Amino acid sequence: MESLTLSDGEQRYYSDLFVYCDTDNTKKVASNGRVLDLFRAAQLPSEVVLQITELCGATRLGHFGRSQFYIALKLIAIAQSGLPLRVESLNSVKDLPLPRFVVGKNEAEARHAALYQEADSQGIYPGAGVIPRPPGRGLQNKKVTPVVPPVVPVHEVIQALAPASEPQCMVQPDSTSPVVSPHQSPPTSPHSWRKHKRQASGGSSAADRPPAVATAPAGVWTQFREAPTVPVPVPGDGMWSAHSPPPPPVQETWVSFTADTPPSSAIPAMHPSSVQESTTVRTVASAATTNEIQRQSSAYDDPWRITDEQRQYYINQFKTIQPDLNGFIPGSAAKEFFTKSKLPILELSHIWELSDFDKDGALTLDEFCAAFHLVVARKNGYDLPEKLPESLMPKLIDLDDSAEVSEAAVDVGYSGSPVEVTPNKSPSMPSLNQTWPEMNQANEDTAIVHPVPIRMTPSKIHMQEMELKRTGSDHNHPTSPLLAKPPELSEETKLAASLKFVADNAVGEGYSSSDSYTSDQEPITRQRSHSGTSPEALKVVGAAPPPPPPRPHPSHSRSSSLDMNRSFAAGAVAGQPQPGAIAYPPAVPPRPLPTQTSMPHGGHRSEVEGGGGTPLTASAPTTVTTTTAAAAAAATPAAPATSPHLIPHQPNFADFSQFQAFATSDQPSSLPEVDKHSEAAAAAVVVVAAAAAGQVGVLHTVEKPPEGAGPLRTVKSDGPAEERTPTSLNSAKGASGPLAPPPKPVRRRLKSEDELRPEDEPHGPQRSNLIAAVLATQPSIPRSIGKDKKAIQASIRRNKETNTVLARLNSELQQQLKDLLEERISLEVQLEQLRPFSHL
Amino acid sequence: MAVCIAVIAKENYPLYIRSVPTQNELKFHYTVHTSLDVVEEKISAAGKAMADQRELYLGLLYPTEDYKVYGYVTNSKVKFVIVVDSSNTSLRDNEIRSMFRKLHNSFTDVMCNPFYNPGDPVQSKVFEGMVSGMMVQVS
Repeated sequence: MESLTLSDGEQRYYSDLFVYCDTDNTKKVASNGRVLDLFRAAQLPSEVVLQITELCGATRLGHFGRSQFYIALKLIAIAQSGLPLRVESLNSVKDLPLPRFVVGKNEAEARHAALYQEADSQGIYPGAGVIPRPPGRGLQNKKVTPVVPPVVPVHEVIQALAPASEPQCMVQPDSTSPVVSPHQSPPTSPHSWRKHKRQASGGSSAADRPPAVATAPAGVWTQFREAPTVPVPVPGDGMWSAHSPPPPPVQETWVSFTADTPPSSAIPAMHPSSVQESTTVRTVASAATTNEIQRQSSAYDDPWRITDEQRQYYINQFKTIQPDLNGFIPGSAAKEFFTKSKLPILELSHIWELSDFDKDGALTLDEFCAAFHLVVARKNGYDLPEKLPESLMPKLIDLDDSAEVSEAAVDVGYSGSPVEVTPNKSPSMPSLNQTWPEMNQANEDTAIVHPVPIRMTPSKIHMQEMELKRTGSDHNHPTSPLLAKPPELSEETKLAASLKFVADNAVGEGYSSSDSYTSDQEPITRQRSHSGTSPEALKVVGAAPPPPPPRPHPSHSRSSSLDMNRSFAAGAVAGQPQPGAIAYPPAVPPRPLPTQTSMPHGGHRSEVEGGGGTPLTASAPTTVTTTTAAAAAAATPAAPATSPHLIPHQPNFADFSQFQAFATSDQPSSLPEVDKHSEAAAAAVVVVAAAAAGQVGVLHTVEKPPEGAGPLRTVKSDGPAEERTPTSLNSAKGASGPLAPPPKPVRRRLKSEDELRPEDEPHGPQRSNLIAAVLATQPSIPRSIGKDKKAIQASIRRNKETNTVLARLNSELQQQLKDLLEERISLEVQLEQLRPFSHL
Repeated sequence: MAVCIAVIAKENYPLYIRSVPTQNELKFHYTVHTSLDVVEEKISAAGKAMADQRELYLGLLYPTEDYKVYGYVTNSKVKFVIVVDSSNTSLRDNEIRSMFRKLHNSFTDVMCNPFYNPGDPVQSKVFEGMVSGMMVQVS
């Protein structure tokens, strides 16, 4: 062992103790008997005692020689003061209070200790709040207060660590005694602290000591006990609040090691030096107590949480090694630092593994704090966790440095993932596994950032856009082309946003986002459609003025729309106009709503719904596809519509279609995807069907309008042309239904139209008109043909316009489709990345 | 799923060796020991073209009737040996490769630990956990 320099007080004290223990007078003391008693009286945990024994070399020798004994005593004092047991500290710690051996019988010792301890120690902790423990065994001299310098921070640390197990909290003032080097890690164990506290409670100011000493042993103890009036209330736990100037005496108690001597031994002579040492120790102890207290309080919340004081201490320690708080501590420096804590290398290694989150061989501030915290905990007797506690996890993605992620809960599970995560990483690359699953944020410190779907923003944007559109569309009914542009753009944006949403939330939330999105669009489209001139359109306009502004709850819309759809569906099935189907679900996404599918509508509708429902979960891409398809389908038929003819029939058809729209919109399935899908399907079907029947013309007409999908859908469903048309309308509307809170039949129709052509707002009115016209004119196609060339030409023109609109829509949708497909590919890639790890 | 996994240091002494406990572990230790010869042979064979061309994964070192032995050597001459049961035909080559990759990564993490002295036996819990995940599960 290294040479030990003892002060006179220490010298005397130790020799007394040695004599006491050396009953055989052989100048060496066996590791049993009185020595053990003595050590036990030190009130240190057995492991600490073992450590001390080992450190002093007694294990090597098999017995305690005088020097070993002295070393052991000094180490005990160190331990009692809460300093890490290190050989270096043997000589480095000055003013260490004498080791205290608490034992009732030690009154004599206590007396001695009291003698030895100076009264000055009391003033040392200017603010340390030591909470004396009532039951304390009269540790006598609290005097030890002296200088426990850095102990304070240590105390804090320790306290923070100590979980509520600590019945007592000793608030140690900090800041004083610089004696203890800052590098010291927190005191050895909570037990010791507790004992110290107890002792502290007994202890009182140095002044008391002498009198205490003078009195009978019991008196001494008692006195000490009472003395430490620690102003700090000792409720016993987590009291750390007290920074009130704890009576130094209390501090003495902590260290108390000094005063106490083995019960049996009544070594009265306490070396004065030991007194002083004890003072120091006490100071340290008090600091430790403080830490304990802190620990307790923090333990209250979470055993692993780092309190502010602790964190500050850690940060200070970090600065001593690495002044740049954003920098790293290299592994070697960290190793030296933590080796001072005298923990076994294996444990330090484990702590390192836990704390070096990014496995880069260096510690960032967060990693360092976590490591330090773990060291403190370990020194206080807490077992190391298998994985890093959440509160210690560094922020995964720090706003500033990414280095923070050191402390990873690298437990087995984790280690797997990190390794897996970076399969590509060359073995030397740090693995930033962490992250995922467990990163919680128990602490503000360890806020783990992980991707969160951002639905709200886009929807807000959309809402705004929608609002704008709405206002715009409201005003410009007739000028649908004009309207088409702006709304279209906004539609596109919204669509894009929604699609993005969908992509983002593809995992699961996309649905709702898309809902919101669609619903956002829904109102707008509806608006547009409302701008149609048909009475229904007008009605619709009136009915659904501002599409439900930001859909209250995107997710809700769907459900509500579902309900609405259901109710509407019921009505629609009947094929009766249900103007009263106001139960329109709020914003209905323009896209075919899944609700539609869910709704057990009529056959055709169910088809549509089925189609729509499937993709519901399927994904945005599907939706996009469907939308695109729908759009395409819609765009295809450019047959010269008998629109002019249709128009006149519009009113009738409008109603009819409205009804149908109701029916379709009944399915407020807010699943845009579904809608889109069904739209697409419908469109496809419609296209096919259109070719078939005379309704082709109608279909074409229908297709022209954005809602083509709707009618297409209808066609798909197969039913009479009219039925189909209405169905399509309905479906189209239904698609939009879910999105559109404003439940108006007209709206529905418009919605469906909108769904068919989400971006084609301006055409809404046109569409509706067209659709209505188509519907109306279905039977009248031949009539129109036979009628008026001019009308035909007009309708041709209109159809062309519609075509352009639809073409534009189509291109937009294609774009969206592309984006979604890319999304999907990236997700699949991720899935692939994750999959390989599953086979082992 | 391996039956035995071993990490051999550059000087050809084991840093870590772990077998499925049900079997005679001595047999596996012996197998790993004899496989070192094959590893050396492969290293020297490829050694003509320097390490950058030498592939880390050595592949099947030698099969016996009971089991197959695979080898992997790092650029610092640390060798990983995996012994798998011959009856386990489902293990494909790239699965073995990925096992080695995981071993290598974990070993690197152990090396990065400043408290680990190269040459010491590997006692990292994380490493053990990872290896456990790769061993045949003993019922």
